[in-house]
Amino acid sequence: MEDSIPVNQKIKHQELGETGRPWEETVTTSQAPELGLSEALELEQGPETGLQPRSSPPTMPLSGARTPDRPVDDLVGLRASFPSSAFQELPSTLSPLALARQDFMAPWQSDKTTSVIPEAETPHFGHLEQLSDKGGSTLHQTCQSKGNTFHQSQQTKYPLYELRDVSDHTSKQKELRFDIFQEDDSDSNCHLDQPESGASQVAPSMLEIAIQNTKAYLLKTSSKSGLNLYDHLSEMLTKVLDKRPENAVDIIENISQDVKMEHFSKKLDTLQNENEMLPTYEMAEKQKTLFLQGNVEGADQELEDEIAEHALPNIMESAFYFEQAGVGLGTDETYRIFLALKQLTDTHPIQKCRFWGKILGLKMNYIVAEVEFREGEDEEEVEEEDVPEERDNGDSEADEDDEDELPRPFYKAPQAIPKEESRTGANKYVYFVCNEPGRPWVKLPAVTPAQIVIARKIKKFFTGRLDTPIISYPPFPGNESNYLRAQIARISAGTHVSPLGFYHFGEEEGEEEEEIESGRDSFEENPDFEGIQVIDLVESLSNWVHHVQHILPQGRCNWFNPIQKSEEEEEEEDEEKEEEKGEEPDDTEQEVGPPLLTPISEDLEIQNTSPWTTRLSSNLIPQYAIAVLRSNLWPGAYAFSNGKLSSLGHSNPLWASQAVCGKGSTCQCRRRERCGFNPWVRKIPWKRKFENFYIGWGHKYSPDSYTPPVPPPVYQEYPSGPEITEMDDPTVEEEQAFRAAQEAAANSTEENEETEEEEDEEDDYD
Amino acid sequence: MDAESLLLALELASGSGQGLSPDRRASLLTSLMLVKRDYRFDRVLFWGRILGLVADYYIAQGVSEDQLAPRKTLYSLNCMEWSLLPPATKEMETQTSVVKGRFMGDPSHEYEHTELQKVNEGEKVFEEEVVVQIKEETRLVSVIDQIDKAVAVIPRGALFKTPFGPINVNRTFEGLSLSEAKKLSSYFHFREPVELKNKTLLEKAELDPSLDFMDSLEHDIPKDEDPRG
Repeated sequence: MEDSIPVNQKIKHQELGETGRPWEETVTTSQAPELGLSEALELEQGPETGLQPRSSPPTMPLSGARTPDRPVDDLVGLRASFPSSAFQELPSTLSPLALARQDFMAPWQSDKTTSVIPEAETPHFGHLEQLSDKGGSTLHQTCQSKGNTFHQSQQTKYPLYELRDVSDHTSKQKELRFDIFQEDDSDSNCHLDQPESGASQVAPSMLEIAIQNTKAYLLKTSSKSGLNLYDHLSEMLTKVLDKRPENAVDIIENISQDVKMEHFSKKLDTLQNENEMLPTYEMAEKQKTLFLQGNVEGADQELEDEIAEHALPNIMESAFYFEQAGVGLGTDETYRIFLALKQLTDTHPIQKCRFWGKILGLKMNYIVAEVEFREGEDEEEVEEEDVPEERDNGDSEADEDDEDELPRPFYKAPQAIPKEESRTGANKYVYFVCNEPGRPWVKLPAVTPAQIVIARKIKKFFTGRLDTPIISYPPFPGNESNYLRAQIARISAGTHVSPLGFYHFGEEEGEEEEEIESGRDSFEENPDFEGIQVIDLVESLSNWVHHVQHILPQGRCNWFNPIQKSEEEEEEEDEEKEEEKGEEPDDTEQEVGPPLLTPISEDLEIQNTSPWTTRLSSNLIPQYAIAVLRSNLWPGAYAFSNGKLSSLGHSNPLWASQAVCGKGSTCQCRRRERCGFNPWVRKIPWKRKFENFYIGWGHKYSPDSYTPPVPPPVYQEYPSGPEITEMDDPTVEEEQAFRAAQEAAANSTEENEETEEEEDEEDDYD
Repeated sequence: MDAESLLLALELASGSGQGLSPDRRASLLTSLMLVKRDYRFDRVLFWGRILGLVADYYIAQGVSEDQLAPRKTLYSLNCMEWSLLPPATKEMETQTSVVKGRFMGDPSHEYEHTELQKVNEGEKVFEEEVVVQIKEETRLVSVIDQIDKAVAVIPRGALFKTPFGPINVNRTFEGLSLSEAKKLSSYFHFREPVELKNKTLLEKAELDPSLDFMDSLEHDIPKDEDPRG
């Protein structure tokens, strides 16, 4: 079949600029043209020019694989389709074309189809117009286009004869064909017209359909490479015919491979590489902005100097220590996060900032920064929906008419607990997250007690996109940003620890009254802290204390008494209403949690395992080891402390930088610029260091797999009473009996005048 | 992680936050070389670390010439001295499936699990509570095996199968292209194929027998519903 394609090409090249054998044009770039159509016609013409004796050719040119049966079938088929005597000789000549076409379209088709094809072929050229009427297959369209051009090219059919002649020869068949084609003249043109008219009578037959199918199959694009067989074959044959190698049949496979490779090399050069590089380039662009030093506004510089001392933490130092413990992101990533935090502190009025950790997500991760704003410079509160306080339904329904009063449901929605004010309790810090250093920081909303309560009951992986809805039971009030904030609050409350004595309560407070009600909720650094030996830190958990308030089961850190509030708000209500509220379940008892700065040895155990694991960072060199604490309750939470240090500041990198700067303590701004970050962190004497860090999925440890809570049983909506209880309608007998009874009663009192009233009532009942 | 490219691999995997402290890293590099020499492995892979309450286990696996043959697993508590673990069996898996909770960190620790077992005494059949002792080492072996079967992944093209059977590392593998790397079908489970035989002939026709001889990740459950990212 391959032979026929180059033949066509040759035809195009050589003979007819005008015709261009459109039949297969749409298919191939190399214009494996007009399959059989024009050829068939021309073949038909062939016999008249004396080419008839070449009935055997079909076997030869096309491919060695041709079965001897084919020509016969073709002949028969062709004969059948061409009624005119002039065409009867054609079959033989047509057969090579038919075969050629078969090869084009379906070389591997069964004999049946091949026999059908010749029949289909004949109407083709005759019925190009008919083909054009049919919708659908590319074959049609190509036929149509080819047909149009074919019509045009009918004038120049002679090349077909050449085609056939070539096929007679075993070797160099293609060349011969072309030669013959060129030599022949257009005597056959008139003949072409005749068969055309004759053939136009024949309706598209099975042969045609089969041809279309096979052609469609050939044109089917490969999903892997985007090529289709038709194009490939035509290209291959073009190449062979261009180059005319020796023993082409022996190297045909290599030629095929070469043609394919040429395709790929083109694509790689232009399209693929560019597309592939784009995502990484974008990321690099974003991160480049981190590295450029932003212009520091001159006016705010002094202000920033005072406050920014504490703002940017020394993350590299903490990362160094955590690396000793075997925890941490690599140096590069940590440095980028460092720069991103610097960007955060530069753009927001931040008093204190800390790298809280990294929460892994399914698609993207979150880098979390814990931030405390400057006094009085809180970010504008995003308008938050007021926590709806649901009142008893009794209020709203009291207004309804008595007649149509719906049964009152028992359900009283629990009163929503208001969230804590910012800077207190669970909302003490504000958290910013970003997906990657270089991306903009997003502020997480404040957390509400309801969110914490429900976050305790569900377990969902984070996806990395803050607006993902959380679909769960019990339904979580919020989307992923709220869930993230709730988990951060829980993790902070559960795992942020410091060495005993690092923080202590401020001297100002300490009144016992406050302690009972809400517990001390603020602390200060202890300037007299001298550090604890690392060994002690590792051995005993009582040397560590929580410095974040525990979150009560209610969801807040400071107990909120819902009854109290409700009484205050609804003072106008009658005492009856208050009694109803008094029936509320036992929420009235105050929830108490461990007070601030409790040692972690008091933490509850899970399944007889201690909630914390302690390690020395290195057993080989214990002198410089640090104490590492790992939470078993929240896998991924780590804390370290480096105990006592013999001398101050020798490991402080900032000392080194100052030595380089060589300036006195006066010129703060210049030094700042030179070092890239504020060196005046040094103002604080070198402290025993401790740090908390979280890196994990954001879930609590549970030895069993998570199972969602079962929905509660269906509530009884309303009290059942006789008015709404369903009863069967009385049957006819019952009604009659009832009526009889009524009448009896009525009759018994007929003497009284009241009976008339009863009768009226009876009528009403009816 | 191949012991020869351990540092690079650790750097690349640092995004999850789990890393190694410098002394462990240094110990690993040294000791894995020795392990490779002593056990005559073709490749030694640092499998990872299992955290325990008292101590952590560091696990390494040795691969012989045939990459898909069962690998030998070794563990160490200090990254210096390695001990060979027995191969995992089905009985181990059923036995240790009842144990829950953290690893202790002590290989000789025994978990106690009470079971009700039917005991035949003469004609009576009654249930007796039997305390079954399960060694932590056994649990370690079966946990490592389960993890391997579930999540050991290898990219397509890294290994190839020769007509004689053994599976070799593909020295000309340069990594996946970006578009390929995003598709789950370019990754295989690094274990004997289970799903491969169940594929239809149509699917099998598109596979290359020298490269696609393991299960791909595409059909794992739960499926990735969001095609983005």
